Amino acid sequence: MSEAYAAPDPKELRDHQVDGPELTTRLARTWGTKRGLIGALSTVDHKIIGRRYIVTAFLFLFLGGLAAAAMRLQLARPESRLIGPDLYNQLFTMHGTTMMFLFAVPVMEAFAVYLVPLMLGTRNIAFPRLNAFSYYVYVFGGLMIWVAFMLNIGADVGWFAYVPLSGPEFSPGKRADIWAQMITFTEVSALAVAVEIVVTVPKQRAPGMTLDRIPLFVWSVFVTSFLIIFAMPAVMLASTFLILDRLIGTHIFNPAEGGDALLWQHLFWFFGHPEVYIIFLPATGMVSAIITTFSRRKTFGYLALVLSLIATGFLSFGLWVHHMFTTGLPQLGASFFTASSMMIAIPNGIQIFCWIATLWDGRPVFRTPLLFVLGFFFIFVAGGLSGIMLASVPLDTQVHDTYFVVAHFHYVLIGGAVFPLLGAVYYWYPKIVGRLMDERIGRWHFWLAFVGFNLAFFPMHITGLMGMPRRVYTYQHEMGWDNLNLLSSVGALVFFLSFVVFLWNVITSARKGAVAGDNPWQAGTLEWATSSPPPPQNFDRIPVVTNREPLWAERETLSVAAGLSVDNRELIVSTVSEARADLRESSPEPSVWPFIAAVATGITFIGSIFTPWAAVWGSLIVGVTLIAWFWPKGAKEDEK
Amino acid sequence: MKHRPVLDVSELPTYAFGARSPMWWGTLGFCVLEGTGFALAAGAYLYLAFLNPQWPLSAPPPDLIWSSLVTVVLIVSIIPNYLSKKFAEKEDLPRVQVYLIVVLAFGLAAIGLRFLEFGGLHVKWDQNAYGSLLWALLGLHTVHIITDVVDTIVLTVLMFTRHAHGKRFSDVGDNAFYWNFVVLSWLPIYALLYWGPRL
Repeated sequence: MSEAYAAPDPKELRDHQVDGPELTTRLARTWGTKRGLIGALSTVDHKIIGRRYIVTAFLFLFLGGLAAAAMRLQLARPESRLIGPDLYNQLFTMHGTTMMFLFAVPVMEAFAVYLVPLMLGTRNIAFPRLNAFSYYVYVFGGLMIWVAFMLNIGADVGWFAYVPLSGPEFSPGKRADIWAQMITFTEVSALAVAVEIVVTVPKQRAPGMTLDRIPLFVWSVFVTSFLIIFAMPAVMLASTFLILDRLIGTHIFNPAEGGDALLWQHLFWFFGHPEVYIIFLPATGMVSAIITTFSRRKTFGYLALVLSLIATGFLSFGLWVHHMFTTGLPQLGASFFTASSMMIAIPNGIQIFCWIATLWDGRPVFRTPLLFVLGFFFIFVAGGLSGIMLASVPLDTQVHDTYFVVAHFHYVLIGGAVFPLLGAVYYWYPKIVGRLMDERIGRWHFWLAFVGFNLAFFPMHITGLMGMPRRVYTYQHEMGWDNLNLLSSVGALVFFLSFVVFLWNVITSARKGAVAGDNPWQAGTLEWATSSPPPPQNFDRIPVVTNREPLWAERETLSVAAGLSVDNRELIVSTVSEARADLRESSPEPSVWPFIAAVATGITFIGSIFTPWAAVWGSLIVGVTLIAWFWPKGAKEDEK
Repeated sequence: MKHRPVLDVSELPTYAFGARSPMWWGTLGFCVLEGTGFALAAGAYLYLAFLNPQWPLSAPPPDLIWSSLVTVVLIVSIIPNYLSKKFAEKEDLPRVQVYLIVVLAFGLAAIGLRFLEFGGLHVKWDQNAYGSLLWALLGLHTVHIITDVVDTIVLTVLMFTRHAHGKRFSDVGDNAFYWNFVVLSWLPIYALLYWGPRL
């Protein structure tokens, strides 16, 4: 082994040699992002990328919400002629695709990108250039889907894109091609972030942050990342098979040549059901964080909550066939998937009881984040109950593809994920922006959202039981669904209005909100140990953790590690279980190549919609950009 | 908040090998997700084989010669690959350079043989579902070989320039790890595509 391996460079300035403002300034210079366009495109700061991710995901939420509002306007009255069937098909496809692929998963990963390094007490996420690449891929993929819609070549085959409907015979033209390629493309981004998280959590925790001291939000996104790694390849494979069938004439889903249409559903739902938990699990982490802080006590049943997260993750892979009960599968298989679908209520129930026990034994402070969590309890439990109903084959057969199912999954997804997410925005906004959101507007937002949501989606249970099918662009007066649909549409508009109030609060609070300070909620986890918003280096010195809520254990003085380089982007790499400090590793410098690589990859994917040769020539260009990305030009270790 | 230094990390090394290194974990993450892709593609192949009474569909089983040669080349390549990793851990640059070139030669040979292998499949991708999945699985694995060979080329060039020091030795170890994945993932695919139809 060479001498350089162990011996520190004596000329290097270390953080125990400087202190106070000078240390802060020097570290900020080392970890900062350069000004100007190139600086903005080169940044590898997880906070900047996380902020962009969050804002972009909410922009897509707005677009998806507009599509939903347009559909509800159309369905407000029977035999309405506001929107024709072709545009309606595009609208429900864009709504589902946007909400699932461009909002729900990315926004959860976005919060993870921003928060996980701060909560773990490290200075950046693992593989920060990959992180930048993933963001640009996500933006380009999402934009392309919406640009196609604006150009009237938007996808119209549903967010599930079932074959043969999406196959070459029934979907001529480029609509389904664009859907298939852009889904594959954007999922590259989700996978990249998942890998970053599964490396950051075990390897970059602050010294002393043993497995039983990891914050529950971090546990939740850690488990979620494994779900992504095992589930997302299924949809990427399915969409790749679809484009192959459409573009170069393979027959994977063509029954006439030995293929099978149901294979699509198996692949899609093998991804699609864990997808629900990919969205839901981070939300449970947000709930745990909010409840702990606002109850002013440690979380009840930490171990039970962690094990429930892991159990939910495992079980989520055994549920996909409950989306396929009406496809004529063997009875034995249906029974197995019924049992596993009902079984998932157990870990979810454990989580809810742990949260209630935490609140019960604490001294709850009812600020806006906690209000959204209470709203989550009500709505998610209702959605869970209708989920147990749908896990039963006889009932599922009756209400399959009706509005009952629409009501159920909106209760689960919006109640289970969006309400905690909104609470999380109120909770972490002061950390990200440095100012508090307005509490009075926040309460208006909550009540409008809660009332609007229930008004919109509860009647759908009834219209579904009355037989109203999903994805129909209109209905006849004689069906007797008029009033319930009108109620749903009014509720949807109120729900939409609540987001306008939210947006107003976000924008005005950024300028006029009360200055937050480092820890406005008196929370216990490490992200609150640094200033709001955090400096480029996150922490002047890396914390040393001795407690699950370090800031409650050490209120005045924080135990820290010393000895990292000040002029080099060093961070501490720790051991997996005990989080002992093991290495001082350099984090990559900013680079514009991840951006260029994402552009090249995007062009390759877009080109491949039109000719398979684009994949060949595009790969060469992508290869060149990747080599430039990895080439250690200007690396500090090479300059020594 | 005031700080109380309780730990000095200044003597810690700046890189390490194997599971101590974050890059090793990242490589493992990509191996797992790509392995999941392989498993699902193989599952799709078996699913259609189960549904169709005759399998392979309207085609004889693919030739064994080229695929077996690819398999032999890949298996033998594990030896120089292991040696490149071993000498990287000892930071023995001359030997690392030699074994990286040998691994590269094996990789290029595997790519060449793979293209001959496509010629012995006896079925086109657009002939039927069997041909489609056969080409898809083989194509998926070929992309992995090419990717790792390109990675090895870049790493080899780095080890022959001023960049050959420190953390780059650790990168050689991670490259060897990924190559092992490429080899090991091939073995079940080879058994499935070439020996499955002959059972």
